[in-house]
Amino acid sequence: MTTAAQRTAVIVTPARGIGGGLLGAIYIVWWRDIIRYWRDRARVGASLAQPLLYLVIFGTGLASSLGGGFGATAQGGAGVSYTQFIYPGVISMSVLFTAIFGAMSIVWDREFGFMRELLVAPIDRAAIAIGKTLGGATQAMIQGLILLVLAPFVGVTLAPTVIGEVVVLTFVLAFGLSALGVALASYMRSMQGFQVVMNFLMMPMFFLSGALFPLVGLPGWMTVLTRLNPASYGIDPIRRVLLGESGFPVERFAITIFDQTLPIAAEAAVVLGFGAIMLLVAVRAFQRRD
Amino acid sequence: MSVIEVSGLVKRYGELEAVRGIDLLVEPGEVFGFLGPNGAGKTTTISILCTLLRPTAGEARVAGIDVGRDPGAVRSRIGLVFQDPSLDDQLTAYENLELHGRIYGVSGALRRQRIAELLAVVELSDRASSLVRTFSGGMKRRLEIARGVLHHPQILFLDEPTLGLDPQTRKHIWDYLNELRRREGVTLFMTTHYMDEAEFCDRIAIIDQGRIVALGTPTELKDKIGGDVITLQVSDVLAAAREVEQRFGIAPLSVNGTLRIEVPDGASFLPRLVRELPIRIDSVSLSRPSLDDVFLKLTGHAIRAEGASDKDMMRNVGRMWRGGRR
Repeated sequence: MTTAAQRTAVIVTPARGIGGGLLGAIYIVWWRDIIRYWRDRARVGASLAQPLLYLVIFGTGLASSLGGGFGATAQGGAGVSYTQFIYPGVISMSVLFTAIFGAMSIVWDREFGFMRELLVAPIDRAAIAIGKTLGGATQAMIQGLILLVLAPFVGVTLAPTVIGEVVVLTFVLAFGLSALGVALASYMRSMQGFQVVMNFLMMPMFFLSGALFPLVGLPGWMTVLTRLNPASYGIDPIRRVLLGESGFPVERFAITIFDQTLPIAAEAAVVLGFGAIMLLVAVRAFQRRD
Repeated sequence: MSVIEVSGLVKRYGELEAVRGIDLLVEPGEVFGFLGPNGAGKTTTISILCTLLRPTAGEARVAGIDVGRDPGAVRSRIGLVFQDPSLDDQLTAYENLELHGRIYGVSGALRRQRIAELLAVVELSDRASSLVRTFSGGMKRRLEIARGVLHHPQILFLDEPTLGLDPQTRKHIWDYLNELRRREGVTLFMTTHYMDEAEFCDRIAIIDQGRIVALGTPTELKDKIGGDVITLQVSDVLAAAREVEQRFGIAPLSVNGTLRIEVPDGASFLPRLVRELPIRIDSVSLSRPSLDDVFLKLTGHAIRAEGASDKDMMRNVGRMWRGGRR
């Protein structure tokens, strides 16, 4: 029990929204996501099962039937095994699925969960969209980077500089996809749309991203689709950095547009730009009132 | 000055007119109840007052601020307890309050003091560091009420605060609400479709099909029915009826071998009746008109729980979906 004087002191305190403004509110939304992620470590472990299946079974299976691997030249240049080729793709897959699934939780949250608490709070709703995007991106990035522990088993060497670059590039990809997920979720009013997003967006994005096969020498229509896929520009730099350091001929798989190989920085810029546009869409949607 | 002023409020969803012109004033410190069946427009109205929906027409001022003009200022002065829990069940009770305090700008030491104080009021101090997932429905609701007033709102909105709780827990919730009202002087604005719960309110607006059909204290509303009803079982109904008419000047009704007498104040009339009626009485009962009777009389239909709405369906689907992923 407090004394009357204390109570009065409490009551006169103005509650006029968060002290730290937009940044403070973004931090709170992000912080909540991170606590939840940290607390749900069982899920973190379980979600590694799928990438491992791809890497070990799919990778090994296809590697056996493809024989020598990818990118070997007629002149006798060494190629990469299929397992090695899809290793960065599997990391990206983990990022893609975590980012989009994470964002979909907003739809549920909005109707019944904690999202309502945020929507009635005296904060700029832009903070919700930005905080959720950054929270989802952080989780997706960690889910992708955990798979780096498999590098020695795949035969990829990790130099500290490579790790640094991969961390940055994985975050870029995670940010772009998380922003896409949040933008989609901000327009969805029920979980029914979820299956649609899954079948008509996530899976095509994944298959057309270069995660499972090189985006070179494809039929024209497919080349166009892969070049329109923002995920392609996120995965390619991760592969080039991760496998390039180990001396693999990654330039042979790099994305080209009109026969020009894009620099890694340009690819990252494409993903960041895409993410920024999606984030803007999400912010607009959150700020709208019915 | 009234803390809530609503005039000519209308909300349309396309063709559907959910709220069809509502006027009301709520005074500071009052417990104001919004009573009506599902789909009457209760939640829509409360959502407009909380700035979650925009009104189609009309005006609503909360804490003196127009809800359309400055939603942020309204939001910082109100607290909300939703029909569905909006707690984060992966966080602890303390963390939920902490997060709320931060969002509403209740800073540092003050926030910690306030959280401890409120956890004590709703008797959850010993569960402060338990995950909300492990809480019962009643505990969650208590925590939400504590959270709703954490930032010292002038008005606490409660949308069906005791929905789905057992009678004992409902009573407890009311104890906490009254305690908070006494300590903090907060105005309570609540919706309900429980008649007995509406009795706890200082004033009630009965809403049906988007309109307020009656507004007043529970007693005033019940007085619309015209007092109390005394039912007598007597050996000779006709003789009893004659005696009652002669001695008290009231014309009783004989229904199925019993005698029904409508009087303005049954509690004081009953002893007199029993004392002065020279006819043997087998049994006697005094009943007050319930708000159910009032609602029935005003709208021509009873308040009842209706079939599962779309939202209920989604709630269940969502539970299944989430249950499978946990």
